[in-house]
Order: sequence, then structure tokens, then C-alpha cells
Amino acid sequence: MPSYVAKPTPPNQDKRWKLVDATIRRQGQQARGLIETLHTVQEAFGYLDEQALRYVAMSLRVPLSRAYGVATFYHFFTLKPAGEHTCVICMGTACYIKGAPQLLDAVQRDLGIAPGETTADKKVSLLTARCLGSCGLAPAVVYDQEVAGKVATPAIRERLKKWTSA
Amino acid sequence: MTPEELDQIAETEREEQSRFTQRVNVCVAAGCLSCQSQSVKDSLDQEVARRGTKDHCQVKGVGCMGLCSEGPLVSTSAGVLYKKVEAADGAAILDSLEGKPVERLVCPTDVPFFQRQKKIVLENSGNIDPERIEDYVAVNGYTALIKVLTEMSPREVVDEVTKSGLRGRGGAGYPTGLKWSTVAKSVGTQKYVICNADEGDPGAFMDRSVLESDPHRVLEGMLIAGYAVGASEAYIYVRAEYPLAIKRLRNAIRQAERVGLLGSNICGTRFSFRIDLRLGAGAFVCGEETALIASVEGKRGTPRPRPPYPAMEGLFGQPTLINNVETYANIAPIIRNGGHWYAQIGTEKSKGTKVFALAGRVENTGLVEVPMGISLREMVFEIGGGIPEGRKFKAVQTGGPSGGCLPTECLDMPVDYESLAKAGSIMGSGGMIVMDESSCMVDVAKYFMDFCMTESCGKCIPCRVGTYQMHRILTAIGNMKATDQDLKMLEELCDLLKHTSLCGLGQSAPNPVVSTLRSFAEEYRAHIQEHRCPAGVCDK
Repeated sequence: MPSYVAKPTPPNQDKRWKLVDATIRRQGQQARGLIETLHTVQEAFGYLDEQALRYVAMSLRVPLSRAYGVATFYHFFTLKPAGEHTCVICMGTACYIKGAPQLLDAVQRDLGIAPGETTADKKVSLLTARCLGSCGLAPAVVYDQEVAGKVATPAIRERLKKWTSA
Repeated sequence: MTPEELDQIAETEREEQSRFTQRVNVCVAAGCLSCQSQSVKDSLDQEVARRGTKDHCQVKGVGCMGLCSEGPLVSTSAGVLYKKVEAADGAAILDSLEGKPVERLVCPTDVPFFQRQKKIVLENSGNIDPERIEDYVAVNGYTALIKVLTEMSPREVVDEVTKSGLRGRGGAGYPTGLKWSTVAKSVGTQKYVICNADEGDPGAFMDRSVLESDPHRVLEGMLIAGYAVGASEAYIYVRAEYPLAIKRLRNAIRQAERVGLLGSNICGTRFSFRIDLRLGAGAFVCGEETALIASVEGKRGTPRPRPPYPAMEGLFGQPTLINNVETYANIAPIIRNGGHWYAQIGTEKSKGTKVFALAGRVENTGLVEVPMGISLREMVFEIGGGIPEGRKFKAVQTGGPSGGCLPTECLDMPVDYESLAKAGSIMGSGGMIVMDESSCMVDVAKYFMDFCMTESCGKCIPCRVGTYQMHRILTAIGNMKATDQDLKMLEELCDLLKHTSLCGLGQSAPNPVVSTLRSFAEEYRAHIQEHRCPAGVCDK
């Protein structure tokens, strides 16, 4: 491995970069560790901003375009910070035929945002999922990492109301 | 780790368990956990501690018991299954161990849902604690690996798998033995084994359940595969959307390393094997093997033309064996009981059992494992318990976005690779979604086309542009604005995508449209000519 490229120093003093550096080291500072490293960044910071992408690209010696390409190719990565709370509505087949579109409609109307967006007060982010694998409990919704099954429209509206009025 | 040491672990664990005269198993797989099964387990634990019966009463967190819609599920050593258990029911359940069952919570197990199943892949699910390797060893875990390492040559292992007739459970049904022998014969400095756990099909959760309920079973299958093909490094490519499965896999790998079942010179032989996890990041196309390999290499998950097949040139250009979770989970029992035993189950061309995720408009939703060749009618009406609310059955969708919708006429068809393909669908990974008359087939076709359109990686034009055009036409039909000309175009596009796309995603993307056009043509006609939706979905 060519050693004349020194590993860059993290963009700032934030301790979370130590986690990122650990992953980069574990992957041998090689390009193959790109996705794993981006996972670590997102886990630590919540999203991937330009500064993080530049740092990861430089550390793994890949062009920034490739880091950006990977970050935008995969749905799991997000380039924008999420709101205080997140509400993920599953749009898997089982949930779809058991009424997930109606849930989504109601939430969109209540919050005035589309899937992938965050309310102006940064309180709630609305997301959709391809499938949570909780098909036995369709329709399923994830409120801040907690999966709820057999969700009805009044229940989801009430939950969101609590978040937005808090 | 020597065979004797493994026996010792099993013996100690069995002795340990025989101390308990009473046992309560609580499902702690993702389905039941989201219905608060953890608090049920905690309350049982507290109650046992309070009563001071810890010495003879064991409360154990176990994997999926199948009937996810009735969760949280609890089973007891008295042979009773309880459904929809709440934390407050802890004391009543413990009382029932010595007396009569708690009537209001009993879930009958003498129904077809449980009786018609044949469990091979899921034999340990719901019985063992997925977070303890000792529990797995106590039910003959890793004995197949020991047998392979001490008594069999790699060639014999491949022959045994070939004899079993096992076919890839990821969906395409490629003979597993043939794949293994191709990789075994390939020449390379370093061979790799990959486990495809990127269960992207919406409506499928078999792999998640297997990983959460019995992770060591998958590791054992991968170890045996590694020995058979001559690989020493392996990756499990698992969806980041399955945090619990990831946690249990990491835990299982650590445990296996600690006792020396993973690492260098396993069981004192020259066989060394390492398994690492790679997290997917939400791209359906990564279920395609060449795209998956690109993703493991840290690149965008785009497929490449085959040949060369991964068996010759795969991960980092080396020979690579890729199988699905369920395929690996079948390996240990095949080695333990012999290929002939496995080949007796199922139909002539589709051997063994298949795990299905039954969901949608059906009474019993959850995970079932049935012998190949069972009829769709048995699946939907006996195991599934029929359609709720007295509605009428309309179709069953198999194979996710690459599969098709099978109408009433297909109900008596056996479920195997060939029959499903002939009827215009595919086996797929095992998602089975039942629809009743409240679903509009044009809307369903549009839903899947929307899925394929968004998930198309964009590398080849037929898929990138074709799925968009097809989605546009289906939307127009749903809006009652399409003409007969559009329908003709739709059919032409189906043909075009099927024959000119680069990978399986594009080639199979028209399947939902083709199958609904074939069986539900009158619904399309009603939308186009009469401007109405018979199911009342599109004109809302």
C-alpha cells in the first residue's frame, strides 16, 4: 500500500470522529470500506454532510464523486439532518393492501410535508420504508425506532399530534 | 475445539436444562418484540424471582413461533401455546404450569396452521435461545460441521448436497450442488463464500426470522460450504433495516469465534474460516448477485453482464459462492441426515421444504414451513385460515416485484418452482400475499411497477426508461385516461424489458403486469373502456 499519502486529520475536534477513524482503520484505509465507513458516520452524526463525505473520501483515497455516488445511490443514507422525531410508514406489499396509503395520506395532510421531508419547525420527519419485514402486523409504522403494528389512521394522527404540540 | 469438547458443551447444557422441570418460552423475534414481548418476558422473570422458583422454572427468550399476527406468543412446558399475552398475565401463566391452562389466552395448536407444517429450516425456531451458542449445540448444533471436517472430503460434501436436490431458496432455484461444484472446481488464490441476507422483496420476512431465531444454523451452513468449495473468508450481506438480526448475527459470530468454531485451524484441521458482516444500505437491486458483490466491495450496487459468473470471477475477481440465508440453513440437516433423506421430501423437481411469509388479506398471517408441492388452496384456506370478514379470494401474489398474481383458477396448482413459473409467477424468496376483492389488480401492478422504477439502478436503458414508461401508462389507466393504444404499448414494453434488460430486476419487472393482464384482463378493460374501477380503489 503506498504510504506517501498521510491520513487526513478530522475536520474538527468532535469526539465522534474517533468512531469513524476506528472503522477506517479496521477497513485498512481501503476503498472497499466505503459503505461501512458511511454507515458509521451516519450512525454517529445522523446524516452525511459534505464535510464528512470529503473526509471519508480522502481517508479511503477514493474520489469525492465516488463517495457522493455511493451516498446517493443507497436509500439508507441521507444527506439532510432528520427532525427531532421520525415517523416511518411501511409501504411493503402487505401494508399497502392493508391500508398504508391511507395512513400516508392522512399524515401528509396533517403535517403538510411529503415523504422524505421534515416539518419547518424540525419536529417531525416523515419517511416511507420499502418493507420492514413486519408483514404479519400490517400496516406497520416505526415511531422513533419503535415498531407499531396494525396501525389505524386515528392512532397515527394522535401520536403525531403529541409530537408536534410538544 | 475438538469433537469431544463440543460433546462436552452439549452434555453440560442438556444437564443444565434437565434441572428445570418447568419452562416458559417467550418469543423475542422482531414481530413479537414490536408487540411488547420483552415486557412479558421481564414480568415473567420478576414473578419467578419473587416466587423463588428460579431453580426449577426457566423463562427463556426464543425465536419466531410463526403466528406473528397473534403475538406476543408464549409456549410452556405443559405444551400450551398462549397468544396476545400481556405483561400482567405473567402470574396466571406461571400458575397454569401446574394446573389448568389460562383459557382466555390459549392459542389452539391442533389447527392446520401448525399441523400442516413440516419444519426443517425452522426446527429450532421457537425452541432455542438465539443468543446462546450452548442452546444451539445442545440440539445437535455444529455436529454436521464436525462430521464434515472429520469424516468427509470436500468432494463428498458437494455430492451429498447434490444428492439432496436442494435448489437455491433465493428465488431462481438454481441447483445448489451444481453451484458448489462449479466454485469448488474454479481456480483462484482466494475463494469467498457470501450469504445473501438482503431480503429486499416487500412482503417477505423469512430470512429475517431465520437470522433472528437461529443465527448459528446459518453460520454452520456457511462453514460447511466454505469447506466444500475451499474458501476461507466469508461475508454475510445483511440489510441495515434489520437491526435485531444484525445484533444476533454479530453475537453468534463472536460466540463461535470464542469456542473455536470460527477462526484458524478449526477442530485441529487445516480448515480456517472467517465470517464478517457487511451491511446493505437499502437497494433492492443488491439482491442480484453481481450487484451484491459490487456493494460488498464498497461500490454502488450495479449489476454487470454475466458470464463470467461469480463462481468463476466474483468478489475481488475471485471465485465466489453466493447462496441465500434459507439455502445455508438447509445444509446442516442435509449433512446430518443424508441427501437421500432430504430428497424424499417435496416433489420430483423441487425437493425439501420452503418457508413462506404468509401475509395480506388472510386470517392467519405469519411464517410457515411446508413441503414443496403443497397446493395454493391448502396454503390460503387451510394454513392461512381463509379470507377474513367473509370476503372473496381474488389472487395470491408470490415472488414480490419479480413475481406475479395467481388467480382462483391456479389455486389447485402445486407450489413448486416449475408450476409457479408456468403460471406466470415465480417462487421467489417466499413472500406470499393474499388479496381479496377489495384490491384492484391494476393498482397492484402499478404499485410493483412503482417499486421497480424507483429501485432500477439506472445502468441499462430498457430497465431505467422502460419501467418509467410502464409506470406512466399504468398511472394513466388508474386515472381512467388511457386508451387501447396505451394498452398495446404496455404489452410491447413488457416484452422489451423481459428480453433486453441487463439483470433480473429489469427482466422480471414486467411479471406483475403480464400476470395481471393474463388473469384479470377484464379489470384493465373496465378502466380503459368503461372508466370505472371494479374494486373501487382507483376512482376514490
